[in-house]
Amino acid sequence: MNTVWTITRRELSSFFDSLVAVIMIVLFLGFTGFFTWISGADIFMTGQASLRSFFGIAYWTLFFFIPALTMKLLAEEKKTGTLEMLLTKPVSDRQVILGKYLAAVILVAIALAFTLPYVITISKIGNLDTGGTFCGYLALLLISAAYAGIGIFSSSLTNNQIVAFLTALFIGLFFHILFGIIASGMKGMAGQIINSLSMSVHFESLARGVIDTKDLIYFGSIIFLTLFLTEVSLSKRNEYR
Amino acid sequence: MDIVIENLTKRFGNQKAVDNISLKVSTGEIIGFLGPNGAGKTTTMKIITNYISADEGRVFIGGRLVDDDPGRIKKHIGYLPENNPLYQEMPVIDYLEFCARLHNIEKGVIGRRVAEIVRITGLNREKHKKIGELSKGYRQRVGLAQAMIHDPEILILDEPTSGLDPNQIAEIRKLIRELGREKTVILSTHILPEVEATCDRIFIINKGRLVADGTPENLRTQAQGSDIVKVRIEDGDPDQIFKSLMQVRSVSLVDFTDRHMNRFEIHCRAETAKREIFNLCVSRKWVLTEMTPYEAKLEDIFRELTMN
Repeated sequence: MNTVWTITRRELSSFFDSLVAVIMIVLFLGFTGFFTWISGADIFMTGQASLRSFFGIAYWTLFFFIPALTMKLLAEEKKTGTLEMLLTKPVSDRQVILGKYLAAVILVAIALAFTLPYVITISKIGNLDTGGTFCGYLALLLISAAYAGIGIFSSSLTNNQIVAFLTALFIGLFFHILFGIIASGMKGMAGQIINSLSMSVHFESLARGVIDTKDLIYFGSIIFLTLFLTEVSLSKRNEYR
Repeated sequence: MDIVIENLTKRFGNQKAVDNISLKVSTGEIIGFLGPNGAGKTTTMKIITNYISADEGRVFIGGRLVDDDPGRIKKHIGYLPENNPLYQEMPVIDYLEFCARLHNIEKGVIGRRVAEIVRITGLNREKHKKIGELSKGYRQRVGLAQAMIHDPEILILDEPTSGLDPNQIAEIRKLIRELGREKTVILSTHILPEVEATCDRIFIINKGRLVADGTPENLRTQAQGSDIVKVRIEDGDPDQIFKSLMQVRSVSLVDFTDRHMNRFEIHCRAETAKREIFNLCVSRKWVLTEMTPYEAKLEDIFRELTMN
């Protein structure tokens, strides 16, 4: 656990040193702030003391931002060869993956924490649904964790960051909207199964303020599966030069 | 800690990168790993350090099978990978602290240990610079520092001096010799004088196979077969000298190397040959102005074993 945390800390400080973290947080706050307060279906339009519009826009912003955070995690180390240096220390593949994954999730959590002033402001304006808000944040964190899993897996497939970014977006797109669209055109069991794979279904059910084990299992299995596949993919170094 | 490799084989696709290599390295030895590019040196090192796993064969380190508990064995190994990969954006000192932490060095000791290794590797003035800003020689020192931060019993260095200038090579070589005094060291290189200067024993591998194993002196006599001396004899007719030399009992073969300068290359059959040649010259009143024993260079041995 110590080792995982050491790797997480290095990864986080690398995010902040390279300004990736700062740019990401500023852009995230910019986008969500703009659409929550100023434009579109903002708070003043809807006239409700609710963070629904913020959750909606954050859902989309994170979808694009997380692949940009995770793309370098393994791809860059594979390219520069530092992965070899890292893995020949008393560190297992799993510890490296978990450490890096955790760093990405923590960075997103920090970005989300910066939106807490929104919550405070709105709670002053009107009667804010505390439980719903909590669930909304939980939902955002869970989809971030799921996309970070997809991102780190994509990063393990290649040593090119751009390829990793696009792969993560491509895989993410299925969960984000495509499964929903495909399912809407189908009937019966198959439609239901594909629909239940859609991220937005689970996101909305959580954001509505209901913590359902089904949703938690859904996010948990995506995270587990992607991390597992990352480990498998990393061990492929045995087969190629 | 000793290293024992038994029948190691590693394939990449259809190609055998390492082909049934067996070798033993005793504690405290400095081993030179020689071979042309793509011979399998790096692959062997990657297997020893547990970065990749072998298809067949076993590696024992300190009597333990490496695959059994890689985490534990990795603690005893310091490794400098090929091309010395480092986090360019990290300051030297942060990087070394990071490595120390990965090696589970106790918190209270890390600072002292990092300071010590910084001093040993001569990085004191550069320690707050980012690694990417350092010259290649200093970066190599950082590479060595990270490999030795935990004072490992085994050091594995993949081309530690590649791309350095002669001064830097001499410095790094000195550093390796000093630091490797009580360690088992395996280093790979193309630079043959380096091996002669630093190593106790040499392994030459070619196309994945071990083709030679021995001390530099051993390999030399093996490759050469008979002693060769180069002589120059003045004040005589070259043809006559040639004939007389051929008649010396302990001489098996005489060659002109330079007829006008009366230079010959003589293959000897016995130890006494040099004396007999000298006595011959004295009796004929020829002046022997040069007599050099010829040592096959490591280059020749290397070329002989790896070309074909």
